[in-house]
Amino acid sequence: MRFYESEAKQLLEKHGIGVPPRVVAKTPSEAEKAASELGGSVVLKAQVLFPGSDKAATTKTADNPAGAKAAAEELLGRKFGGHAARAVLVEKKLASAKVFCVRATYDGIAKKPALIASDLGGTDLDDLADEQPDHVKRRHLSALLPPSTYRSKELAKDLGLTGSALNRMTGVVHRLAGILLDYDLTVVEVNSLAMTEDGKLIALDCHMDMEIEGRARQGKILAELGVDESEARLPREPTEFDLAGAKIDHDDPRGVAGPIVEFGGNIGLVIGAGGGSLTTFDAVKKRGGDPANYAAIGGNPSVKKCQALTKLVLGKEGVEKIAVISNVVSNTRADLLARGVIKGVIELGLEPSEVITIFRAPGAWEADAFKILKKYGVEFCDRSVSISEAAKRAVEKIGR
Amino acid sequence: MSVLVHADFTFIVQGITGREALNFTRECLEYGSKIVGGVTPGKGGRDVYGVPVYDTVREITQSKKVDGSVITVPLAFAPDAAFEAIDAGIKNIVIITEGIPRRDAAQIVEYADLHEVRVIGPNCLGIIVPDVCRFGSLGGPAVDCRKAFKPGCVGVMSRSGGMTTEICNALTASGLGVSTAISVGGDPVIGSTYSDLMPLFEKDEDTKAVVIYSEPGGASEAQLALWAKENNSRLPIVAFVAGRFMDDMPGMSFGHAGTVVERKVDSPADKIKRMRAAGITVAEEIGDIPGLVKERIGA
Repeated sequence: MRFYESEAKQLLEKHGIGVPPRVVAKTPSEAEKAASELGGSVVLKAQVLFPGSDKAATTKTADNPAGAKAAAEELLGRKFGGHAARAVLVEKKLASAKVFCVRATYDGIAKKPALIASDLGGTDLDDLADEQPDHVKRRHLSALLPPSTYRSKELAKDLGLTGSALNRMTGVVHRLAGILLDYDLTVVEVNSLAMTEDGKLIALDCHMDMEIEGRARQGKILAELGVDESEARLPREPTEFDLAGAKIDHDDPRGVAGPIVEFGGNIGLVIGAGGGSLTTFDAVKKRGGDPANYAAIGGNPSVKKCQALTKLVLGKEGVEKIAVISNVVSNTRADLLARGVIKGVIELGLEPSEVITIFRAPGAWEADAFKILKKYGVEFCDRSVSISEAAKRAVEKIGR
Repeated sequence: MSVLVHADFTFIVQGITGREALNFTRECLEYGSKIVGGVTPGKGGRDVYGVPVYDTVREITQSKKVDGSVITVPLAFAPDAAFEAIDAGIKNIVIITEGIPRRDAAQIVEYADLHEVRVIGPNCLGIIVPDVCRFGSLGGPAVDCRKAFKPGCVGVMSRSGGMTTEICNALTASGLGVSTAISVGGDPVIGSTYSDLMPLFEKDEDTKAVVIYSEPGGASEAQLALWAKENNSRLPIVAFVAGRFMDDMPGMSFGHAGTVVERKVDSPADKIKRMRAAGITVAEEIGDIPGLVKERIGA
């Protein structure tokens, strides 16, 4: 779950990391007022979580309050990666002598928290690691013990720092490590950590993301930052279809349905959960199919849940047929899935044999499933037919 | 031979009275696995399909040889259950529990490493050596499990439990069969990655090739590519990368917790490029896997 830069900086400040004087402005006039209060040149940043390729356009500078107002007007009047800005962060523009980059994250290979830093701040740290690995330094931390300051000190030393600069950098890196661990973040990165002429370290930006799995135990800080429980903070806002899918999952605890995500195509998908859904979605696209949705189901869902999900998918505008494809199921009962799907189709007043292009969910209780499918004349296949082949048959029936 | 488990492998189930645990305990027993005890605090003295239930792990390890533990407790208790197993001297742990935050997972793995304990998972289904031992919930009911997993020459590692069964089923149908299959887990921090386990398959004389199933997110495929380059392995590797559509959807998560494209290394395109450059065969379609394995081993 991503944080707005304004929130991330609030958290940095709370933990004693230097950030520029700043104001969050909701309107151009607020931005104008902020610029006059801050004085001098300001940087304006559109607060957008997923700007995509429009990222560079989210930042503007202004030399005076009138310029700030005009810049804010522009930033608030357009979209970035399809998203309007929630506000504009107006910051005092600071002069820096040198810029560093520090990231605290988890390293899935070492299976430990990791600190990564460079003396060449302001550029993509991953590109830098590929292109100029000598300028990227790393240290791992223990997940069991409180973070050791000396690891941050060693990293600062590796960056070529000495004297008070070394000590200041040690402090910032150590605090970032603490923030990563304490708030269940997946990553906290200050890409431009500026060292000012007088030797202070100031975070000019901050990227911060909280692990969904940790969100439940971070209620206190989320409330402090004003993050509402209902905020999904995904790259795209959930559609009515997505929300209806989430409700189906929520209303009946037996089995899992999700994620349910709407797409623009014409093939309705009811597909096995986890890796099976990823594989099936790829297979349908590879055969030239255009999915109308992503709807994974598994963990032994009830008939009712399968039924509701089928109705949602098949009831979507522009969807005439569906494909039911899963990996070989182990704990999900194929017969319950078959019954649920067929019931859903019939409830919509449709003919199962016509609208279900293929049913491929071999495994547990498959014999019973095959019996039901046969009765309704639905085309099905057993485990001798691969997911790729099943996807091909579905796409051929529906048309690209 | 086999990897990690064998015919005499004994294990316990932590959280044995849970709904899912009851099912797979019965399935494992029917499959022939040796489950020597279960643990649920407050339910000591009961039994589950003839398996005695205890309040603590140490009660079992004090009187019996215990090679492994399957942990399937609610996620708030998972780290403590793992620490209990490790402190009781158990050396192989499968963690099925889903949704454990990565900080907790890193703590479990670090503590396990300090005690030379092997962790598979979290968010996995465990290990199967076909017709020999099943350690976890992989493959479902014993009758279905026997259908999908037949003994053979291919080692399998997969980030998806369901796809482990799917791939093993295809290998079985093709006549190649499976030496050992490991569902490694779908989380961003797991106890054993592909490259951690490759040396074990390398030493296993029954294994002639390795198939991996992978997904967007994380650096474990890049690490496997590096391993393949640095180690002149006798084992050809065939990989399948699912979720290629996610390259166009940065920041979205589908399938598993670890499945998200944030950085270049997370993307299927980057994983495929790195693995191919290291001599790993990457299957374009899931159905191509058995044929590609046959090509690589000349069968």
